[in-house]
Amino acid sequence: MADAYIFDAVRTPRGKGKKDGSLHEITALSLASQVLEAIRDRNNLDTSKVDDVVLGCVAPVGEQGSDIARTAVLTADYAESVAGVQINRFCASGLEAVNMAAAKVISGEADLTIGGGVESMSRVPMGSDGGAWPTDPSSAFKTYFMPQGVSADLIATLYGFSRDDVDAYAVESQKRAAQAWAEGRFNKSVVPVKDQLGLNILSHDETVRASTTMQTLASLNPSFTGMGEMAFDAVATQRYPQVERMTHVHHAGNSSGIVDGAAGVLIGTKEMGDALGLKARARIKGMASIGSEPSIMLTGPSLVTEKLLKKLGMEVGDIDLYELNEAFAAVVLRMMQALDIPHDKMNVNGGAIAMGHPLGATGAMILGTMVDELERSDKETALITLCVGAGMGTATVIERV
Amino acid sequence: MENFKIEVDGDGIALVTFDVPGRTMNTLTASVIKEVGELVERIKTDAEIKGVVITSGKTTGFCAGADLGELGGSGGLGGASKGQEGLQAAFDAGFALNKAFRELETSGKPVAAAINGLALGGGLEFVLAAHYRVVADLPKLQLGLPEAKVGLLPGGGGTQRLTRLMGVMAAAPYLLEGKSMKPAEALGLKVVHEVVPAGQEVEAAKTWIKTKGDPVAPWDKKDFKIPGGGPYTPTGAQVFIMGNAMLRKNTYGNYPAQQNIMKAVYEGLQVPFDAAIRIETRYFIKTLMTPQAKGMIRTLFLSLQELGKGAGRPDGVPHYDVKKVAVLGAGMMGAGIAYVQAMAGIETVLIDQSQEAADKGKGYAEGLVKKAVSRGKLTQEKGEAILALIHPTADYANVKGSDLVVEAVFENREVKAAVTKLAEAQLADTAVFGSNTSTLPITGLAEASIRPESFIGIHFFSPVDKMGLVEIILGEKTDQATIAKSIDYVLKIKKTPIVVNDSRGFYTSRCFGTFVQEGMELLSDGIAPAIIDNVGRATGMPRGPLEMHDDVALDLSHKIAVQTKKDLGDKYEERPFTAIIAKMVEDLGRYGRKNGKGFYDYPENGPKTLWPGLSDLVEVTVKDADKALIEQIRTRLLYRQAVEAARCFEEGVITDPREADVGAILGWGFAPWTGGPISLIDGVGVATFVETLDQLAAAYGARFTPPALLREMAAKGETFYGRFGVKEKAAA
Repeated sequence: MADAYIFDAVRTPRGKGKKDGSLHEITALSLASQVLEAIRDRNNLDTSKVDDVVLGCVAPVGEQGSDIARTAVLTADYAESVAGVQINRFCASGLEAVNMAAAKVISGEADLTIGGGVESMSRVPMGSDGGAWPTDPSSAFKTYFMPQGVSADLIATLYGFSRDDVDAYAVESQKRAAQAWAEGRFNKSVVPVKDQLGLNILSHDETVRASTTMQTLASLNPSFTGMGEMAFDAVATQRYPQVERMTHVHHAGNSSGIVDGAAGVLIGTKEMGDALGLKARARIKGMASIGSEPSIMLTGPSLVTEKLLKKLGMEVGDIDLYELNEAFAAVVLRMMQALDIPHDKMNVNGGAIAMGHPLGATGAMILGTMVDELERSDKETALITLCVGAGMGTATVIERV
Repeated sequence: MENFKIEVDGDGIALVTFDVPGRTMNTLTASVIKEVGELVERIKTDAEIKGVVITSGKTTGFCAGADLGELGGSGGLGGASKGQEGLQAAFDAGFALNKAFRELETSGKPVAAAINGLALGGGLEFVLAAHYRVVADLPKLQLGLPEAKVGLLPGGGGTQRLTRLMGVMAAAPYLLEGKSMKPAEALGLKVVHEVVPAGQEVEAAKTWIKTKGDPVAPWDKKDFKIPGGGPYTPTGAQVFIMGNAMLRKNTYGNYPAQQNIMKAVYEGLQVPFDAAIRIETRYFIKTLMTPQAKGMIRTLFLSLQELGKGAGRPDGVPHYDVKKVAVLGAGMMGAGIAYVQAMAGIETVLIDQSQEAADKGKGYAEGLVKKAVSRGKLTQEKGEAILALIHPTADYANVKGSDLVVEAVFENREVKAAVTKLAEAQLADTAVFGSNTSTLPITGLAEASIRPESFIGIHFFSPVDKMGLVEIILGEKTDQATIAKSIDYVLKIKKTPIVVNDSRGFYTSRCFGTFVQEGMELLSDGIAPAIIDNVGRATGMPRGPLEMHDDVALDLSHKIAVQTKKDLGDKYEERPFTAIIAKMVEDLGRYGRKNGKGFYDYPENGPKTLWPGLSDLVEVTVKDADKALIEQIRTRLLYRQAVEAARCFEEGVITDPREADVGAILGWGFAPWTGGPISLIDGVGVATFVETLDQLAAAYGARFTPPALLREMAAKGETFYGRFGVKEKAAA
């Protein structure tokens, strides 16, 4: 079987995912197309060599519906022979898209693919796609459904993370993101988003707040106390009766931000790279997904990491850098606790608490961040993972070549 | 047709009068269901009929819904899995009424309902199939779908029509909790169209037919929108997402009826009406097949009704009208008993050691009456008349002329003996002496009596004005007349009596005690206290065993343990937890809720929290709970009580499964979804129950060992209701 190499990784900056966000006036299709255009233009790519474009998107309705991957391929003026498919593994969609794109290469189905994702959360709000899981009593009862924020608070309650713990993590995330931006660590992969005239409308992540302190966070009320008390705390204690009382610690300041953005990763065989004059920057060493307990929902990352490392014959300590999507602070704290990962190996350039989490795109974005960071810090291997709705985890290990 | 009378007037309006012969109240008997089909056929095909008004010929109301006697019998669907043919037959039978109502609704002729009294369950569903509803302005008239309360699902279109009329959120409490509505409320909720003075319903209904007479239901119109939206509209989705969680919060997933109602609504609202009612019927049948439905119909409806009519009363004793009762002891229990007696019109002598203490006891009734008056539930005059029936006194001479005495003094043999003598000195030979003890054997107390054949236990539950059960306990010498008289008294004060034989803790306290004890066993097994109480609550018991223990009081529990040890001597089995309680009570002064210190701490502001020191006293070795452990704890807590109930049968403490089940649910709050501990055993099957008990006994000890009776029943394939149940009476 072939090896899958990463030739390039591109992402948009992340715009605040509200009506007053800079990217709100840019369509999701445009975000996806601009990423594809950038991959083509930066690499002088003959797009007819691309077999397939796999894009993650979590709310594939409205303007994000109807297979936005194929639509973006056509809008970006790729060769019409390039196929496109939109996939959904909730928050890990962007990474899953990369994994699928890589799998196509590894299996021999394709020689050159793009994996990535797009989500304009300001234009197609989270939850727009509905879905049976929380709504249909048949699945809601069976899975003890609770909203992710309550699940994150349940993790904090069960594993003993206090409000100070999660806030301190958030302060550090903001600090790291600000420093990474200041030092230009994202410059290789971030391409500014252009408006309808072709002018730059956004060239940096819009939600980073270097000034965040424990004091500023302390003023925020926990976000999930109300719905918890109404019903979901009871659901949590029925599934986890060891919890005497839920403590709600998550709020907008220590959870991932709602943002708009898109990303893409160019993947192919060594041979195709050589033929097109593309330099291989990293190799996909392994990939895995796992299902975990659905109500607590967000404990998949450590489980899928263990699964993948075992498959690769590696130990936790063999990985130089970990990148776990900062859906909620407790999710990261729990993975570090479970696998004994030091904080200086985890999310070294900050994460979604500072820069936001454009659901369908994040996985591809943070994979790109790791490609850049391995090169910058001259390290060898990185593991990228995300927690996933309904209790799942997806992970990828990459190594420099 | 025997149940419906049709009169067509000069305008072509058919007045259909619903009047089931030989019954005081209309119910949807098998015969009615069959005739609804014929009725609809006639309406459709008779060209002379231009419109229809449906009303009832009963003064008691329009219709009380399904005949639960019949349905409970066919509740024979209970639990058994049926083949394809059986399921199809069940569907066809279950769909008949739904289909007939739908045909009435789509007959093309306008149908108006003139609702002249209560319309519940299938009765309300009947009128919901009409195009227009006029209801009499009677303040007590109830409209509702109480099916969920007895483990059923409204199967006559109710889940579909009510939600399409009101919206899902507004309909939820009526469907899921069986809440009922009064006429004005129903008008506001758009469930009925018009409220008119009683007696004018038919006229108003006819007027609508003549003036408007639209024969198309709202949901059959092109522009119909579900109020608040269906499951996949932004607001509708929130209703379901929250609704599913609230339902789990409230029911712990123990009640298939509520879950199936949610499913029927969710799925039904996404399809055209004809498909929606098919979905509803499928869930109706699915629900009816559950052991929960069978147990709940039987216990919470049929048995409760039967016991409420004195089913356990010995035959051949003339009715005993209790007019005057002396209550000895004006403490919490005595005061409560005095109040319920006065409410039932019984002249009550409330005696305590001092006039002051007796007055204080009456004060309890005064408080309750005052509250009822201020809420408009009682008039000032009626309230005063009720209070005038209670005579507080310290003088036993006032006992004279009492038909019955309820002794409610301290749980102390000597004190009880003393007041027994004082009261008996004043009593006529025919009077009954009842002791409201919850722990002391009646036969022993009767030794103080000069007339032990008239001596009986009348065990009330606290708070007396809220708890519906009274446990009647027979001493060795108690005679049949005394039993009958006591039952007559209990029925008069509108409580449900069960009759049991003398035993330590009788029936209810003995079985309830095992729940609390098993909680202690779990604690000494090293299970985290939060797990014990959370799972305890999730079994459907009102509270977890540890918090329940705090409520009962740990010092009381300790006292009983010490007394039992003294009484039983060598036979007493010392359990590890008795030392825990002894330490908490004797060394640490933790008596439970009453002194704010027990397994929980009770801060003045805010909810109780588990006492952190508990883990120093008992080492917690099991800190996490997976589904298997949850299931195991659940089984231990419920089966421990159920096996005790079975032992009570073996020992003859209790003899009627109806009394055992009703007594359990009303008396100590045994998980209602089971239909009671005996229904629980019958539901899982005695053989399976025995098998599980053997496993539990091997793992946890002899307290789970199945009694010989259970083994015998398992071998013979018997059920409790089969072996001990009342044989079907001819023509109910």
